[in-house]
Amino acid sequence: MNEKRNTEDGGKKERKKRRHYGIYFLGCVIFVYFFLFLFKPESIQRSLKASGDLFIKIIPVVFFIIFLMGVVNYFVNPKAISKYVGRKSGIKGWLLAISTGILSHGSIYLWYPLLKELRNQGMRSGLVAVFLYNRAIKIPLLPLMIYYFGITFVVVLLIYMIIASIVEGKIMEMMLKTS
Amino acid sequence: MRKQDHNKKQKNILTSFYRAFQNFGTALPVLLGVILLLGLFRTFVSKQMISSVFTGRLLQDTVIGAVIGSVSAGNAITSYIIGGELLKESISLFAVTAFIVTWVTVGVVQFPAEAAILGKRFAFARNTISFILAILISIATATTLMVIQ
Repeated sequence: MNEKRNTEDGGKKERKKRRHYGIYFLGCVIFVYFFLFLFKPESIQRSLKASGDLFIKIIPVVFFIIFLMGVVNYFVNPKAISKYVGRKSGIKGWLLAISTGILSHGSIYLWYPLLKELRNQGMRSGLVAVFLYNRAIKIPLLPLMIYYFGITFVVVLLIYMIIASIVEGKIMEMMLKTS
Repeated sequence: MRKQDHNKKQKNILTSFYRAFQNFGTALPVLLGVILLLGLFRTFVSKQMISSVFTGRLLQDTVIGAVIGSVSAGNAITSYIIGGELLKESISLFAVTAFIVTWVTVGVVQFPAEAAILGKRFAFARNTISFILAILISIATATTLMVIQ
């Protein structure tokens, strides 16, 4: 019971710390906007419009990720996590991280909270890195990539990228283990 | 008994989604900051600015391509379009590959969000390794294509 309370207190403290950091960061960016507005008001208006457009575009993905996080909170428990993407997940875990990374969509930063949630429940850090790396491979964009660079280039590049993602995951695990 | 179970289940669902909202809400200021930074980037950094920094030296251009891709941000489509334009201007495939790979694997603009949410050590290590791997991938890809074709 005490252990649970300590974990909850720790979680709250960490959330508070993260929120403070986020507010400082957002404050700094707003300050940059104000500063640049003094010299280039038109460019800043364009920047705000670009940010607004981006924000509107990501709203559906935000709701999708919050929904996914809710589902993960409800259905996924540390036992399931350790089975599929935990320390003892083996090759299945790597394949799952690669395939979900490739299939996931939306901006990368929107996935950070979900990955943190999964890691807190026992997901291996190496697999988090593998997931993030494979997000670089976007299936809907492949035709465009082929149009610009040719199919041979795309196939060769994708094979190397998947290999690199595994290398990155392994290095990350070694580095984070030793630290 | 069954009704109690049903109520408990309902409560668990609500708690799960409340926690999801709460966790996302904590990350919201950083995410808004990143979106505002992306707006600045789109306005202040043009395609011409990007293509003007290449030198014509293979290794140097590969590193430059990787650096520009790392500090750039936005949809991957943009990186393909710029990459295609760079190839037309005779920039090497090594540099263009490094550019499009780091565009999607290294995130200097997203770094504050990644560090705040997943941890500074994790974010720093991941981005550094991704940068090095992007250079190796570009060398391997361009060399493989030279051998194949």
